[in-house]
Amino acid sequence: MGATIVEKIFSKKCGKEIRAGELVMAPLDGAMIHDITGPLAIQKFYEMGGSSVFDPERIIMLFDHQIPADSIEAAQNHMYMRAFAAEQHIHNYDINEGVCHQVVLEKGRAAPGEIVIGADSHTCMYGAVGAFATGIGSTDMGFALKFGALYFKVPETIRAEVSGRFPKRVGAKDLILAFAADIGADGATYKAIEFTGRTISKLDMSGRMTCCNMAIEMGAKAGIVAPDTTTWEYMKNRRKMKPFELKSDRDAGFAGWRSYDVSALEPQVAVPHNVDTAVSVSKVAGTHVDQVFIGSCTNGRFEDLKEAADVLGKKKFNPKVRVIVIPASRDEYIMTLKAGLIGKFVKAGALVEAPCCGPCMGGSFGLLAPGEVSLSTSNRNFRGRQGSTDAKVYLCSPATAAASAIMGVITDPREV
Amino acid sequence: MTNRRPASVQEVMAGLAHTGTTARVWKFGDDIDTDAIIPGRFLTINNPDELAQHAFEGTRNEFAKKVKEGDVVVGGRNFGCGSSREHAPLALLGSGVKVVVAQSFARIFFRNSINVGVLPVVCRDAGKIADGAKIRLNTRDGYIEADGKRYAVEPVPEFMQGIVDAGGLVPYAKGLKEVPVCTRLLR
Repeated sequence: MGATIVEKIFSKKCGKEIRAGELVMAPLDGAMIHDITGPLAIQKFYEMGGSSVFDPERIIMLFDHQIPADSIEAAQNHMYMRAFAAEQHIHNYDINEGVCHQVVLEKGRAAPGEIVIGADSHTCMYGAVGAFATGIGSTDMGFALKFGALYFKVPETIRAEVSGRFPKRVGAKDLILAFAADIGADGATYKAIEFTGRTISKLDMSGRMTCCNMAIEMGAKAGIVAPDTTTWEYMKNRRKMKPFELKSDRDAGFAGWRSYDVSALEPQVAVPHNVDTAVSVSKVAGTHVDQVFIGSCTNGRFEDLKEAADVLGKKKFNPKVRVIVIPASRDEYIMTLKAGLIGKFVKAGALVEAPCCGPCMGGSFGLLAPGEVSLSTSNRNFRGRQGSTDAKVYLCSPATAAASAIMGVITDPREV
Repeated sequence: MTNRRPASVQEVMAGLAHTGTTARVWKFGDDIDTDAIIPGRFLTINNPDELAQHAFEGTRNEFAKKVKEGDVVVGGRNFGCGSSREHAPLALLGSGVKVVVAQSFARIFFRNSINVGVLPVVCRDAGKIADGAKIRLNTRDGYIEADGKRYAVEPVPEFMQGIVDAGGLVPYAKGLKEVPVCTRLLR
C-alpha cells in the first residue's frame, strides 16, 4: 500500500517508514510563539529545566494578538518575551510584521516537507506550502523549545477532491465554509485534510492558505496541499531549496474521501454560534449588521482585500456600519497600499488598522456590545468570540463582507 | 481559591476513585469551545487561580462562584474545540476541576489537559449524565458512576498515561536529559 503525503513527511524526517496511527517523537523544523501563548510556553520551558533553546534559528517569535499593547498586562507579556528573545538569541519580529501565520509563510519559515508547530490552533495554515503543521498548547511548546522535538500521533488523512470553476464572487472561503458544514466541527478530529483536485491546482497560494487555515475548524490536526509549481514559485525568493516531488500515492490508505464541485457553489455564510453552520447567503440576506471585519490570517491578504475593493467599486460603505479593514501583514499592507486600495477603503468610510489579529480573537479592540451583530472574514464565530456573549458573529468571504458593508445588511456579493 | 497546590492527577484519581468521595457534575453541551471556557480578553492572565475567576464567564456565570474542589465538568461531543489556549484547562485546574468527562474531545484541548494535569475522560454516555449529579470515578476499572448509574469510560492512550502518571508534561520532561527522536513510542 502506498503512503499519504503526511506519512511521507514523517517517514522522510525520521529516515524510516512511519504510518498513520503510529506515535513518534519527531524533530521540528520550526516552532512559532506569539504574545498570547508565548509567555506561558517560556514559563514551562524554564519549569522543565530548560536553559537554552534547541535552535534559536528555528524559533519564530512575534506579537500580533494584542498590539500595540492594549493593556499593562499585555505590555508586560511583550516585555517578558523580548527578554527571552534577547537571552536566547531568537529573532523577534515583535509588533512589526503582522499576523503570525501570514508572517511565517511570507518569511519562508515553513517549507514543503517540513514539520512545523505553533502555539496557536491556526498553525495548520502552513500546510498551504506542503508542510505538516499543527497547533499545540504552551506546555507542549515549552517541551519543543527545550528538545526540538515533540510527540505526534501521525494522523490519517481525509482527501478532499475539489473540481469545477468558482463562479464570480465565490472562492476559497465559500468552499471551506461549505466543507465545514458538510463534515461538521468534529468531522476531521485527529485527522489531516489533504486538499486536491483541479480546482486546488488552479487556486493561488492565498486561497490555499484560507482552506488550510480552517482545517482546525473541523477538528483536523493539519490541512495540506501537495506542493506544485504554484508552491515552488511562492517559495522561490523565500527559501533556497530545489523543488522535489511530494504527494500522496494513488494507492495510499485514506480515512475518507470527499468530492466537491464548486461550479454551482453559492456564497456561504456561517451563522452563529458555530463554524459548521454555513448556509447560502440568500438564506440570511437582509440580516442587519453593526460591524464588518475584513482581515485575519484567514482572509487578510492582498487577494482578499482586492476582492473586497472590486465589490466596493466606487461605492461607499454604509455609514451605520463600522467597517474595519486589517491587512494580515506588513507585506500585504504595502501591496494593498501600492494598489491604491487603502485610500479607497478609507474614503469609502472604513477604519484601516495596522497588521494584527484585530477583532478576530475578541481580546483587543473592535469588541461587540450585547445584541450587536458582526460579519467577519475571520475563522470563528463562537459565542463571545468578538466581545459580548450576547452578540452574534457571522462568517463569510471578503466579497460578501464588502457587499454587506455597503448595504448595511447581509448581501449577496453578486447583487451589488 | 488561593495558595492551593494543584494536586497531581494521581492524587485526584486516588481521591475520587478510592475514598468514595463524590463530586458534583457541571454539565455542558456539545462543541464547548475554549472561548466559552475562558474568553479571549482574559488571556493576558497566566495564573490558574486568577483564570479560574473567569472560567465560563458569559457562558455560565455561576460556575466560577460555586465550583468546588474536586467537581467534575461533563460535556458532550467535541469538548474544548477551537483555540489552542492552554488557559482553558488551566482555568479548570484553578477552579479545582481535575477531571473532565466528555463524549469526545477536540485534539488540542485533550493534549493540553493531560499536559497540565487535568484528566480528560472519554465516556460515550456522557450525554446521559445530568447537571448536578453526584459523580464517582473509577478509571482503574474503567467506569464512572453518576447518580448511581454506571457508565464505561475509555482508557487514556498508553503513552499519555505515562505523562498522566508523572503528573503532567512538566514533571515528565524535567527528568529527561534528551528525547528519543525518531523512535516509535508506545501507542
